[in-house]
Amino acid sequence: MTEFFISLLLLLAAVVMLLAAIGMLRLPDLPTRMHATTKSGVLAVIFIMLAVALYFERMDITARVLAIIVFTLITAPIAAHAIGRAGYLSGVELWSQTVRDDLKDYYHNHDKVHEDDSAST
Amino acid sequence: MTGLFWNLLLATCWVFLTGSFEVLNYLFGFVIGYLVIALVHNLVPALQDYPQRLPRFIAFLVYFFRQLVLSNIKVASDIVTPPWHMKPGVVSFKLLAETDLEITLVSNFISLTPGTLVLDVSEDKTTLFVHAMFLHDEDQVQADLRQLEQRLLQVMR
Repeated sequence: MTEFFISLLLLLAAVVMLLAAIGMLRLPDLPTRMHATTKSGVLAVIFIMLAVALYFERMDITARVLAIIVFTLITAPIAAHAIGRAGYLSGVELWSQTVRDDLKDYYHNHDKVHEDDSAST
Repeated sequence: MTGLFWNLLLATCWVFLTGSFEVLNYLFGFVIGYLVIALVHNLVPALQDYPQRLPRFIAFLVYFFRQLVLSNIKVASDIVTPPWHMKPGVVSFKLLAETDLEITLVSNFISLTPGTLVLDVSEDKTTLFVHAMFLHDEDQVQADLRQLEQRLLQVMR
Protein backbone atom coordinates (compact mmCIF):
# COMPACT_ATOMS: atom_id res chain seq x y z
CA MET A 1 0.00 0.00 0.00
CA THR A 2 2.78 2.43 0.91
CA GLU A 3 4.60 1.36 -2.23
CA PHE A 4 1.55 2.35 -4.25
CA PHE A 5 1.35 5.78 -2.61
CA ILE A 6 5.05 6.40 -3.16
CA SER A 7 4.78 5.51 -6.85
CA LEU A 8 1.68 7.64 -7.21
CA LEU A 9 3.38 10.67 -5.63
CA LEU A 10 6.49 10.31 -7.79
CA LEU A 11 4.39 9.90 -10.91
CA LEU A 12 2.32 12.98 -10.05
CA ALA A 13 5.50 14.98 -9.47
CA ALA A 14 6.88 13.89 -12.83
CA VAL A 15 3.64 14.83 -14.61
CA VAL A 16 3.56 18.25 -12.92
CA MET A 17 7.16 18.92 -13.94
CA LEU A 18 6.46 17.79 -17.50
CA LEU A 19 3.51 20.19 -17.68
CA ALA A 20 5.76 22.98 -16.40
CA ALA A 21 8.27 22.22 -19.15
CA ILE A 22 5.54 22.25 -21.82
CA GLY A 23 4.24 25.51 -20.39
CA MET A 24 7.72 26.98 -20.56
CA LEU A 25 7.83 26.21 -24.29
CA ARG A 26 4.27 27.17 -25.17
CA LEU A 27 3.43 30.23 -23.10
CA PRO A 28 3.82 33.56 -24.86
CA ASP A 29 5.62 35.92 -22.46
CA LEU A 30 7.89 36.13 -19.42
CA PRO A 31 5.38 36.52 -16.53
CA THR A 32 3.15 33.70 -17.75
CA ARG A 33 6.21 31.48 -18.10
CA MET A 34 7.16 32.28 -14.52
CA HIS A 35 3.64 31.18 -13.56
CA ALA A 36 4.16 27.81 -15.19
CA THR A 37 7.61 27.02 -13.85
CA THR A 38 7.78 28.21 -10.24
CA LYS A 39 4.49 27.01 -8.80
CA SER A 40 4.52 23.61 -10.42
CA GLY A 41 8.17 23.30 -9.43
CA VAL A 42 7.20 23.81 -5.79
CA LEU A 43 4.30 21.37 -6.02
CA ALA A 44 6.52 18.73 -7.66
CA VAL A 45 9.23 19.16 -5.00
CA ILE A 46 6.60 18.75 -2.26
CA PHE A 47 5.32 15.54 -3.87
CA ILE A 48 8.82 14.08 -4.36
CA MET A 49 9.83 14.93 -0.80
CA LEU A 50 6.67 13.38 0.64
CA ALA A 51 7.44 10.24 -1.32
CA VAL A 52 10.98 10.23 0.09
CA ALA A 53 9.67 10.63 3.64
CA LEU A 54 7.18 7.80 3.14
CA TYR A 55 9.83 5.54 1.67
CA PHE A 56 12.38 5.91 4.48
CA GLU A 57 10.01 6.48 7.43
CA ARG A 58 12.85 7.78 9.58
CA MET A 59 12.85 10.78 11.90
CA ASP A 60 16.07 12.35 10.61
CA ILE A 61 15.01 12.06 6.97
CA THR A 62 11.52 13.36 7.68
CA ALA A 63 13.03 16.38 9.44
CA ARG A 64 15.21 17.10 6.42
CA VAL A 65 12.25 16.62 4.10
CA LEU A 66 10.27 19.20 6.08
CA ALA A 67 13.23 21.60 5.97
CA ILE A 68 13.54 21.17 2.20
CA ILE A 69 9.82 21.81 1.69
CA VAL A 70 9.87 24.93 3.88
CA PHE A 71 12.96 26.36 2.18
CA THR A 72 11.54 25.77 -1.30
CA LEU A 73 8.30 27.43 -0.22
CA ILE A 74 10.25 30.46 0.97
CA THR A 75 12.74 30.82 -1.88
CA ALA A 76 10.86 29.84 -5.05
CA PRO A 77 8.38 32.76 -5.08
CA ILE A 78 11.16 35.23 -4.27
CA ALA A 79 13.11 34.02 -7.29
CA ALA A 80 9.98 34.25 -9.44
CA HIS A 81 9.27 37.76 -8.17
CA ALA A 82 12.86 38.88 -8.77
CA ILE A 83 12.96 37.49 -12.32
CA GLY A 84 9.49 38.81 -13.15
CA ARG A 85 10.23 42.28 -11.82
CA ALA A 86 13.64 42.48 -13.48
CA GLY A 87 12.08 41.39 -16.76
CA TYR A 88 9.29 43.93 -16.46
CA LEU A 89 11.62 46.80 -15.57
CA SER A 90 14.08 46.01 -18.33
CA GLY A 91 11.22 46.38 -20.79
CA VAL A 92 10.33 42.83 -21.80
CA GLU A 93 7.11 43.10 -23.76
CA LEU A 94 3.97 41.58 -22.26
CA TRP A 95 1.82 39.32 -24.41
CA SER A 96 -0.21 41.16 -27.03
CA GLN A 97 -3.49 39.95 -25.51
CA THR A 98 -2.70 41.16 -22.00
CA VAL A 99 -5.90 42.86 -20.88
CA ARG A 100 -4.59 45.49 -18.49
CA ASP A 101 -1.43 46.79 -16.90
CA ASP A 102 -1.77 48.79 -13.69
CA LEU A 103 1.97 48.77 -13.14
CA LYS A 104 2.55 50.75 -16.32
CA ASP A 105 0.28 53.54 -15.06
CA TYR A 106 2.07 53.46 -11.73
CA TYR A 107 5.53 53.87 -13.22
CA HIS A 108 4.24 56.40 -15.70
CA ASN A 109 2.78 58.64 -12.97
CA HIS A 110 5.82 58.02 -10.86
CA ASP A 111 8.23 59.22 -13.52
CA LYS A 112 6.03 62.26 -14.02
CA VAL A 113 6.26 63.12 -10.31
CA HIS A 114 10.03 62.85 -10.46
CA GLU A 115 10.17 65.01 -13.57
CA ASP A 116 8.01 67.63 -11.86
CA ASP A 117 10.36 67.56 -8.89
CA SER A 118 13.43 68.09 -11.01
CA ALA A 119 11.64 70.79 -13.00
CA SER A 120 10.65 72.77 -9.91
CA THR A 121 14.04 72.60 -8.21
CA MET B 1 5.62 32.35 18.42
CA THR B 2 6.43 31.73 22.10
CA GLY B 3 3.47 29.37 22.23
CA LEU B 4 4.82 27.28 19.38
CA PHE B 5 8.25 27.27 21.00
CA TRP B 6 6.85 25.99 24.29
CA ASN B 7 4.75 23.41 22.51
CA LEU B 8 7.81 22.08 20.65
CA LEU B 9 9.74 22.07 23.92
CA LEU B 10 7.02 20.03 25.63
CA ALA B 11 6.94 17.62 22.68
CA THR B 12 10.73 17.20 22.89
CA CYS B 13 10.44 16.53 26.63
CA TRP B 14 7.82 13.88 25.91
CA VAL B 15 10.09 12.24 23.33
CA PHE B 16 13.02 12.19 25.76
CA LEU B 17 10.91 10.85 28.61
CA THR B 18 9.35 8.04 26.58
CA GLY B 19 12.69 7.32 24.90
CA SER B 20 11.43 6.44 21.43
CA PHE B 21 12.58 8.88 18.75
CA GLU B 22 9.92 8.42 16.13
CA VAL B 23 7.82 10.80 14.09
CA LEU B 24 4.55 9.49 15.46
CA ASN B 25 5.73 9.71 19.04
CA TYR B 26 6.90 13.28 18.47
CA LEU B 27 3.51 14.16 17.00
CA PHE B 28 1.79 12.54 19.97
CA GLY B 29 3.98 14.58 22.32
CA PHE B 30 3.05 17.69 20.35
CA VAL B 31 -0.66 16.96 20.78
CA ILE B 32 -0.21 16.40 24.52
CA GLY B 33 1.84 19.60 24.78
CA TYR B 34 -0.91 21.47 22.97
CA LEU B 35 -3.53 20.15 25.39
CA VAL B 36 -1.38 21.17 28.37
CA ILE B 37 -0.94 24.66 26.98
CA ALA B 38 -4.68 24.87 26.25
CA LEU B 39 -5.30 24.04 29.93
CA VAL B 40 -3.00 26.72 31.31
CA HIS B 41 -3.22 29.42 28.63
CA ASN B 42 -5.48 31.67 30.74
CA LEU B 43 -2.86 31.89 33.48
CA VAL B 44 0.09 32.83 31.27
CA PRO B 45 -0.24 36.09 29.31
CA ALA B 46 2.33 35.09 26.66
CA LEU B 47 0.35 31.98 25.76
CA GLN B 48 -3.01 33.77 25.72
CA ASP B 49 -3.93 33.41 22.04
CA TYR B 50 -1.87 30.35 21.13
CA PRO B 51 -4.67 27.73 21.45
CA GLN B 52 -6.76 29.54 18.83
CA ARG B 53 -3.82 30.29 16.62
CA LEU B 54 -2.58 26.76 16.00
CA PRO B 55 -5.88 25.45 14.54
CA ARG B 56 -6.03 28.56 12.35
CA PHE B 57 -2.50 27.84 11.17
CA ILE B 58 -3.41 24.25 10.30
CA ALA B 59 -6.61 25.42 8.59
CA PHE B 60 -4.51 27.89 6.59
CA LEU B 61 -2.09 25.17 5.50
CA VAL B 62 -4.99 22.97 4.35
CA TYR B 63 -6.64 25.88 2.54
CA PHE B 64 -3.35 26.87 0.92
CA PHE B 65 -2.48 23.37 -0.25
CA ARG B 66 -5.97 23.02 -1.73
CA GLN B 67 -5.54 26.30 -3.60
CA LEU B 68 -2.09 25.20 -4.78
CA VAL B 69 -3.42 21.95 -6.26
CA LEU B 70 -6.63 23.45 -7.70
CA SER B 71 -4.96 26.33 -9.46
CA ASN B 72 -2.12 24.11 -10.68
CA ILE B 73 -4.77 22.03 -12.42
CA LYS B 74 -6.29 25.19 -13.89
CA VAL B 75 -2.98 26.46 -15.28
CA ALA B 76 -2.00 22.99 -16.46
CA SER B 77 -5.24 22.48 -18.37
CA ASP B 78 -4.72 25.76 -20.18
CA ILE B 79 -1.17 24.78 -21.09
CA VAL B 80 -2.18 21.41 -22.54
CA THR B 81 -5.16 22.54 -24.62
CA PRO B 82 -4.15 24.38 -27.80
CA PRO B 83 -6.32 27.56 -27.70
CA TRP B 84 -5.44 30.05 -24.94
CA HIS B 85 -8.23 30.54 -22.40
CA MET B 86 -6.12 32.83 -20.26
CA LYS B 87 -6.46 36.58 -20.01
CA PRO B 88 -3.29 37.84 -18.36
CA GLY B 89 -3.02 41.30 -16.86
CA VAL B 90 -1.44 43.28 -14.07
CA VAL B 91 -3.82 44.40 -11.31
CA SER B 92 -3.13 46.52 -8.27
CA PHE B 93 -4.11 45.03 -4.93
CA LYS B 94 -4.52 47.21 -1.83
CA LEU B 95 -2.74 45.63 1.12
CA LEU B 96 -4.18 45.22 4.61
CA ALA B 97 -0.79 44.00 5.81
CA GLU B 98 1.37 46.71 7.32
CA THR B 99 4.75 45.53 8.57
CA ASP B 100 7.52 44.40 6.24
CA LEU B 101 7.28 40.81 7.45
CA GLU B 102 3.56 40.65 6.80
CA ILE B 103 3.93 42.12 3.33
CA THR B 104 6.73 39.69 2.52
CA LEU B 105 4.72 36.68 3.63
CA VAL B 106 1.53 37.80 1.90
CA SER B 107 3.32 38.42 -1.39
CA ASN B 108 5.20 35.16 -1.01
CA PHE B 109 2.00 33.18 -0.69
CA ILE B 110 0.32 35.12 -3.49
CA SER B 111 3.24 34.26 -5.74
CA LEU B 112 3.01 30.62 -4.70
CA THR B 113 -0.57 30.15 -5.86
CA PRO B 114 -0.49 29.54 -9.61
CA GLY B 115 -2.22 32.16 -11.70
CA THR B 116 -0.93 35.04 -9.61
CA LEU B 117 2.58 36.46 -9.43
CA VAL B 118 3.66 39.53 -7.50
CA LEU B 119 5.62 41.85 -9.77
CA ASP B 120 6.20 44.83 -7.51
CA VAL B 121 5.31 46.70 -4.33
CA SER B 122 4.51 50.40 -4.47
CA GLU B 123 7.00 52.61 -2.69
CA ASP B 124 4.58 53.58 0.10
CA LYS B 125 3.99 49.84 0.79
CA THR B 126 0.22 50.03 0.35
CA THR B 127 -0.24 48.34 -3.00
CA LEU B 128 0.92 45.12 -4.57
CA PHE B 129 1.10 44.79 -8.33
CA VAL B 130 -0.02 41.28 -9.16
CA HIS B 131 0.25 39.62 -12.54
CA ALA B 132 -2.82 37.41 -12.83
CA MET B 133 -3.21 34.80 -15.50
CA PHE B 134 -7.00 34.46 -15.45
CA LEU B 135 -8.40 37.96 -15.35
CA HIS B 136 -11.88 37.12 -16.66
CA ASP B 137 -13.51 38.51 -13.55
CA GLU B 138 -11.40 41.06 -11.74
CA ASP B 139 -13.60 41.16 -8.62
CA GLN B 140 -13.22 37.42 -8.27
CA VAL B 141 -9.41 37.67 -8.47
CA GLN B 142 -9.38 40.51 -5.93
CA ALA B 143 -11.67 38.55 -3.60
CA ASP B 144 -9.44 35.46 -3.80
CA LEU B 145 -6.34 37.53 -3.01
CA ARG B 146 -8.16 39.22 -0.13
CA GLN B 147 -9.23 35.88 1.32
CA LEU B 148 -5.68 34.54 1.20
CA GLU B 149 -4.34 37.70 2.83
CA GLN B 150 -6.94 37.72 5.58
CA ARG B 151 -6.41 34.08 6.46
CA LEU B 152 -2.67 34.64 6.66
CA LEU B 153 -3.04 37.78 8.79
CA GLN B 154 -5.35 35.94 11.19
CA VAL B 155 -2.57 33.46 11.80
CA MET B 156 0.06 36.14 12.28
CA ARG B 157 -1.72 38.69 14.42
